Amino acid sequence: MANGDAQHHILSVLVENKFGVLSRVAGLFSRRGYNIFSLAVSPTEDERFSRMTVVVDAETAPLEQVTKQLNKLIPVIKITELAASDAVERELMLTTVRAGSESRSQVTELAAIFEAKIVDVGYEAMTLMIAGTPDKLDAITDLLTPFGIVELQRTGRIALSKLARQPTKLRAVRDREA
Amino acid sequence: MKLTGAQALIKSLEMEGTEVMFGLPGGAILPVYDPLIDSSIRHILVRHEQGAGHMAEGFAHATGRPGVAMVTSGPAATNIVTPLCDAYMDSVPIVVITGQVPYTVIGTDAFQECDTVGITMPVTKHNWLVTDPQDIPRIVREAFHVATTGRPGPVLVDVPKDVSNQMMDWYWPDSVDMPGYKPNVKGHPKQIKDAARLMAEAERPVIYAGGGILKARAADALRQLAELIGAPVVTTLMARGAFPDDHPQCLGMPGMHGNYTSVTSMQKADLLIALGSRFDDRVTGKVGSFAPGAKVIHVDIDPAELGKVRRPDVPIVGDCRLVIQELVKAVESEKHKRDWPDLDPWWHQLREWQERYPLHYEQLEDGPLKPQFCIDMLRDHTPDDTIVVAGVGQHQMWTSQRWKFNHPYTYVNSGGLGTMGFAVPASIGAKVGMPDRMVWAIDGDGCFQMTAQELVTASAERIPVKIGILNNAYLGMVRQWQELFYEERYSEVYLSPDLPDYVKWAEAMGCVGFRVDTPEDVEPTIEKANSIDDRPVVVDFRVDYKEKVYPMVPAGGSNDDIILDPAHDKPGGR
Repeated sequence: MANGDAQHHILSVLVENKFGVLSRVAGLFSRRGYNIFSLAVSPTEDERFSRMTVVVDAETAPLEQVTKQLNKLIPVIKITELAASDAVERELMLTTVRAGSESRSQVTELAAIFEAKIVDVGYEAMTLMIAGTPDKLDAITDLLTPFGIVELQRTGRIALSKLARQPTKLRAVRDREA
Repeated sequence: MKLTGAQALIKSLEMEGTEVMFGLPGGAILPVYDPLIDSSIRHILVRHEQGAGHMAEGFAHATGRPGVAMVTSGPAATNIVTPLCDAYMDSVPIVVITGQVPYTVIGTDAFQECDTVGITMPVTKHNWLVTDPQDIPRIVREAFHVATTGRPGPVLVDVPKDVSNQMMDWYWPDSVDMPGYKPNVKGHPKQIKDAARLMAEAERPVIYAGGGILKARAADALRQLAELIGAPVVTTLMARGAFPDDHPQCLGMPGMHGNYTSVTSMQKADLLIALGSRFDDRVTGKVGSFAPGAKVIHVDIDPAELGKVRRPDVPIVGDCRLVIQELVKAVESEKHKRDWPDLDPWWHQLREWQERYPLHYEQLEDGPLKPQFCIDMLRDHTPDDTIVVAGVGQHQMWTSQRWKFNHPYTYVNSGGLGTMGFAVPASIGAKVGMPDRMVWAIDGDGCFQMTAQELVTASAERIPVKIGILNNAYLGMVRQWQELFYEERYSEVYLSPDLPDYVKWAEAMGCVGFRVDTPEDVEPTIEKANSIDDRPVVVDFRVDYKEKVYPMVPAGGSNDDIILDPAHDKPGGR
């Protein structure tokens, strides 16, 4: 799957954990003609709120309009746009790959390289679990394809902004100025 | 104090200052109609739920206070979707209460069940499904808060029958706590300074005033700013009356059926000062060629409007009244610093256009009755502060073009959604809100037939509205487009002048009915209608079906390609 980040924006949307919120957000996207590329929703550390990680297809609408319209939804508390460079993104994938006796060791080897877990093994196939950046999942998917992918499921990405860390050099400068 | 959910709901509405509500009872809302008997709230029983919604809108338009409507579940809720959408498009604060099947059976396809919250989600500013009677006061408080603050709009509260019947402990929240809803009302000081600077440099400025002026009660502030900078003001369909038509700086309505000067002033402007307007397609025409040489200052309470259609040079998020007041101060200090540009050449040009391309029609003494003539006579024989209500179509445009709206809140009509049938119920709502003012609805024959039954409501409740039907026996605006753009192939637009017989219909609904066929009958009939104050009046004006609305910018066309009436040549040819 092509996953050029150039056409995608990641929005981390903090919403009230109330009934119907997903429908409000999804409805807004459809009626304004914006495309959702992927969507992950889960509760946060504070049970009053949920976090939605929405990957928006940026070619369908200017990001500014999307966030402004989203902000008008009353259960939406906060929207953060996460640029790939200053966010930590992860995605989880489960995939069942053909792995009969002749190819099982090769698949296992690939799994080891990508730090995938083997979560189920059958006579002719095995199921792998891989967590990582979307690029990494794309890469292993490409490499597994020749063996025959029986089923594949990705969660859609979740993301948090990177923690601010002040470089030591700057801190030295700041101290001197003080 | 223990109350049922229903009692709490009525009491909450009273706490919010509701004096009147429009509605129609039914199964799921029955528990709420019982405590209504003991309430101080006046209830107006409508004949169709759509009427209740438009009445609430008319009330809100005329008074500035939120209109309240209450109906039952299922078909009643779906019938009120049109007014909700209408109010959403025109930012009208209304609060709609709907009954719902008991919470315990939601999702089972119970009798008169429908997903009201789901259906109305895209056409409300926010909506609530009440699941616990204890939440009712809080939700009602929030509903009114959301409807009336920020960019106003419709809200809906869906109340299941069992929730209405259950007991709760009464309380009234003294504040609203909504972390996701904090409208920004104060404009950014730097942006305001930048805006004042642009005004101080503009040689051909135009103030593009929209409905937001009226919503923000900013008409006085607008006048102050306009007089301070000396710029012409165009008032959009939703802002007619926001700046007085008899003011020398007022150019009138822009847009698809705006007058030549108003439309062209924007095309030639070097600065557009958009105040509470949203660059609607009916104003801009083809966006790419709209006001090509203008810098744009855009003030709106809704951040999403800034840059939605046209990227402003100076965007200002805030309440129009507060921002304009700040702009006035900033302009004053700017005026101390430098010479203000000479706007005389600009005004000279504008006056020349006004003289050369005025609105035009001709009423021959023995010719067919012209709709514009009827409107002119109504305008000249009613009080200056008459509230005028229109439906949608030719009659709406002629009214907007020809009336002199010298006061704010005197023109009520359906702009964004363009809802035919709006006028009759909206005029009733306006009259209920402003009982001491004369209320005239100017309606089309097509529009009138959609919601006329609400005149029964008006008769029963003694609400003396006056309805003038410009009866041209056609769906006139559609006919106009078929004539101009579909080679006069008229498809399904003929309605007949006599079917129904509007006079008899009016009388059957408890109104007085008049018919006017000739120009000389217009004035005496208007005087007769004006003298009746104990029941509604309907006047059937039989007007010329051939009359068209000019000027006109063809849909999707550039404002530069404005078509004038045949009596005036198009500048530069076509």
